[in-house]
Parts: sequence; C-alpha cells; structure tokens
Amino acid sequence: MLADKDRIFLNLYGLHDWRLEAAKKRGAWNATADMIACGRDWIIQQTKDSGLRGRGGAGFPTGLKWSFMPKEVKDRPHYLVVNADESEPGTCKDRDMMRHDPHLLIEGCLIASFAMQAHAAYIYIRGEYVTEREVLEAAIKEAYEARLIGKNNIHGWDFDLHVSHGAGAYICGEETALLESLEGKKGQPRLKPPFPANAGLYGCPTTVNNVESIAVVPTILRRGAKWFAGIGRANNTGTKVFCISGHVNKPCNIEEAMSIPLKQLIEEHAGGVRGGWSNLKAVIPGGSSVRCITAEHAETALMDFDSLVALKSGLGTAAVIVMDQSTDIVRAIARIAYFYKHESCGQCTPCREGTGWMWRVLERMALGEAEHAEIDLLLDVAGQVEGHTICALGDAAAWPIQGLIRHFRGEIEQRIDRYRAAKGVHQVRTPVAAE
Amino acid sequence: MSARRLAEKQPASFAFSDATQEQIRFWLGKFPEDRKASAVLPILWLVQQQEGWVSEPAIRAIGDLLGMPKIRVLEVATFYTMLRLQPAGRYHLQVCGTTPCMLRGAEDLKKVCHKRIGEKFDVTVDGNFSWEEVECLGGCVNAPVVAINDRYHEDLTAEDLAAIIEKLAKGEKVSPGSARGRQTSAPEGGAKALTDPSLYDGSLAQPVSLPNKPAPASS
Repeated sequence: MLADKDRIFLNLYGLHDWRLEAAKKRGAWNATADMIACGRDWIIQQTKDSGLRGRGGAGFPTGLKWSFMPKEVKDRPHYLVVNADESEPGTCKDRDMMRHDPHLLIEGCLIASFAMQAHAAYIYIRGEYVTEREVLEAAIKEAYEARLIGKNNIHGWDFDLHVSHGAGAYICGEETALLESLEGKKGQPRLKPPFPANAGLYGCPTTVNNVESIAVVPTILRRGAKWFAGIGRANNTGTKVFCISGHVNKPCNIEEAMSIPLKQLIEEHAGGVRGGWSNLKAVIPGGSSVRCITAEHAETALMDFDSLVALKSGLGTAAVIVMDQSTDIVRAIARIAYFYKHESCGQCTPCREGTGWMWRVLERMALGEAEHAEIDLLLDVAGQVEGHTICALGDAAAWPIQGLIRHFRGEIEQRIDRYRAAKGVHQVRTPVAAE
Repeated sequence: MSARRLAEKQPASFAFSDATQEQIRFWLGKFPEDRKASAVLPILWLVQQQEGWVSEPAIRAIGDLLGMPKIRVLEVATFYTMLRLQPAGRYHLQVCGTTPCMLRGAEDLKKVCHKRIGEKFDVTVDGNFSWEEVECLGGCVNAPVVAINDRYHEDLTAEDLAAIIEKLAKGEKVSPGSARGRQTSAPEGGAKALTDPSLYDGSLAQPVSLPNKPAPASS
C-alpha cells in the first residue's frame, strides 16, 4: 500500500477543512514562489522528468504537452483551460479534488499558466457539480484575497483564474468541444489540426489539462520529479486516484501507486468483490470507454497504461467498474451503448447513426431476440464507427461493445438460443438495418 | 444524440429578476469584453434557477443581452440536456441510470419515481415533483445517485428515496450526501489511507528547499 507520506491529496475524503489556512497546513502553497523563481523551462523539465501522463484518460505526457505552446507570446494571449467536465461513467475523482483540496488545483493552475506564459486560466466544470463549483469559487476568492493569484500577486506573475460551467453534455470533456462550449456554442469537437496549442480558446494558443494532471504538479515540484518517477513502473509513474464502483463491498475513491495490481486494489481498499473474488465476472478498468476484461485477466492485471493496453483494454480515467456473477453483462454494456447514443453530439454520421444502431441491436441481444449472424454484423459496424469520426467518442462507443463480444460472445449466443427455445422457433425474423 | 424541442405552451414574456441580473454581471466579468457569448450557458442556467425552466421568451432575452442571434442561443439551449425546456416541479429529481448506478440499484429508484411522480418530466398536480433519468452524474463510488435540484443524494435504496420524497412533500428539510452516513467517497467504515497524523500537524507547512533547483536561478 502507498505510504501516507507519499500521497498528494491529503483531504480526499473531506475529513479536514478545504479552506486556505488548513490547506496551507497540509503543504499547499509551500515554496510556490521558489518554483516560479526557478523559471518556466525548469518547471516544464521537471514535469517531463516526473513521467506524469495526463490523468484525463488519454495518458499524454503532460510536460510534453506544455512544451507545444509557442515559446513567445505574440499578438494573441495564451490560455490554460482545466477540464473539470468529469462525466466518464465510473469516474468521480476530480469531484473530490475540487470540493476537498481546491487549493492544490489553484496552485497548479498558477504554476502551469506561468510555465506556458498564460495570464488567464479557465476551469470548466460540469454543470451538475454545483456544490463543487461553489467550493472552488470560494477557494479562488480566498486565493485572490491572500494575493496568491490576481494582479500584482506575491508570486510576481499576474494571473486571473475563472470558473465556468457546462450544462450536461459528456462530449464537452473532449478538449475542443470544451473550448467550443466555453466560447458559448454547442459542444461539437473541432477538426484537428490546428491543435489547441496553436488555435484554442478564442483562437489563441491554449492548453487543456485534466484537473488531476494540474493538481499534482505543485507537489511533484515540491517533492522532486525523482520522487514521483520512483512510484509505479517505468512509463507509468506516480500516484493516481482510482475510483472503485459496482459490485464491491466498499466502493470508494483511493489514491494509490500506479501499477498496483487490480486484485490488490479491490481487495485492500474496496473490501473485495461482493461474494468473494471467485464471484467476479468482469471488470471495466478505466471508465466506460475501455473494453472490459474477464475475471481471469483481472487476477494479474496491473493498473497502469501499458499493462491494460496489453490486455486490449486501457487505464482511461482509472475508474474501476466491478461486475459480479449476478450481472447481466449484455444489459450492462447495452446501457453503456445507450449512454453513447445519448451523448453523441450528432456531428459525424458514423457516430450519430452508429451509436443508436448499436444500442438498438444490443437491447435486442439482451433479450435474445437476435440472429447469431448479427453478432458479427455488430462487430463490423463497431469497427466502422471506430476511427471514422472527428473525436474519440466514436471509438469510445465501439470499444465496450468489442470487449463484450471478445469475452462474452458465448453468453450472447446462449441467450439467443434460449429465446428461440422458449418461443419454439428456429429463427427470429428481425429487422437489421435502420429501424 | 438527444433531440430536444421547445415546449408547445410558452409564456408571453420573460424578465430577468434583480438577483439574476446581479449574477449575470458576475459572470460577464469573467470573459473578455468582446466574448460575451461565453456566458451563455451560465446565464441559461441562472434563468432556469429563476423560472424552473428555459422558455422561448427567455432565449430571446438572452440573445438580446449577449448580442447573439437568437438561433445561436436556441441551439445551445437544445443541445445541453441539463437545461429543461418544459416546466418542472419544485423539486426536480435527476436519477442517474448509467451502468455504475444501474449495477447498484438505479432501476429500483426509477420505479419509485414512476410510482410516486409519474412519467418522466410529468409534474405532480401539487407542483412539487418531476423527474428524469440522466446520464452519469459523476458520483459513481456513491452509487446509486439522485440529484434533487442541485444537491446529490447518494448510496440510496428505493426505501431511502421514497422517504426523501415524502419528507419533501411534507415541507421538511432533507440533507444531501450519503443516505448510509458514509464520509463522502471513503470506503464504508473508514479508509485505511490518510491516517498518519503528521500529515495534518503543520509539519508540511515548514519551509522546504526544492529538489533539483537549477544552479543560478533564471526566469
């Protein structure tokens, strides 16, 4: 188990006060001025050396992302935008950071903005997180009043931090859709290139980072890149907040070392699988967008980017959704398919039409009212949605379905057979194309 | 994609309340002078807080206020599903139905709403309640979750939710958070982590020297 002294979010559960004085006592805003004095190249290099990979799902190296910003500020101002539109099913980590440790995030915003020469940053929080937004606004007000941020602050880098919010659109977690939304438009992703580092918010150079990626930076700089890089495996370093939900005895959020074995994570922190480990059926290890893995794989899987990719799944947001033997896995995945159908922005045809089509077929499959051949057809359609859309929502809709068919094809087939046996028919006539 | 339309019955007019106008000034202060449209979502939400829903006259008023063509405001209002396009009850319940909540009993919560309140978006005759099923609310380790107006009620059973609704119907106060008395997202019965008292005694606020400092400080 990760030692308490190596944890970053010391108030993850809100047992202590989130306000400035208490946060300072826990180490926030300690030596921030020294970090700024070390210069932006040092900050970026330290972040690179720490091996920090983006915590929003894609795992892109954070320091490298920062280095894509123009070296000099020309006619357009630079912006940092923090993605707090946490909506990936299974994920609720940023919520705890914002309501319980907001000052780590605010400090991170200052440091990251300084490193990218941004004088203003926006935190875009999902609309449903009203309590979290209120805490964040109050914490920012405290930081302004203590002159930690703002014009002529004690750190010597003029910096304005604002909170804005969404209104219930998962797609706004995609960085360019988020920027569109922040500009007051529908959240429809932009074509890339140009990337946000060249043309982001209001057409200005912008970097979009996840809440956790930003909030861990101050502690990394205080403790040293080597400390962070020494936790976890090579290429998968640091600590990570995991969310364990579903059929476990004690669902919870927990900050642990990267590369912790999945089984250890579930048993040590979440009280084990309901009914014991042998009652485990499947795990979605990284939020609804990744492919599920079987109990057999879960036995040996490590919770990091590389181990889970090797299992044809992914770390994603590190949201572990546990499903025991009582789970109707076809219905569970059909509900995820409905989610993507509901959240597709409608811009690209393969996703707009495909997500609805895949959901309808899965709903029938959950009943058994389908043809065996439709399983391959579904796989084929999923493959045609994947990679053929502007953003990754199409991929995210296809992957859980591919995972289902890879591991539980037999279950779908059995259900079709049972349905037919109950009806006394050999073949069910079902509509196949658009319904 | 979720297709949403404006309600058939619309009020004749709309006016921002004084409290809403004050909030609007706060929001407009966050964005550059020539980027007022950025405040459209927060203002739509404020209007919903004021009226309970977003009406067509309100959309026009926001367009005028922000110098946006009305069609752009309409586009935004119909795209974002948290914005309600028809009147809602005094207490509007957002029941999360996505897989993590479904695995822990969200279906039963939907049944409670159905029985007590009616069809999705129906408003009870006393004007107290309406409900809808929403996609992931982001409280998955406290599943199942229902947001009542702006606050999350977590770790619910069907009985818990029914009791909360009855309390509200009687005009009693309900407290958000875990129905089982859990400490936010911590495992039930207390976490094994974050128990070291030295994290909280102020020793972390002592001056530190940054590791790997560059030799001559430059910026």
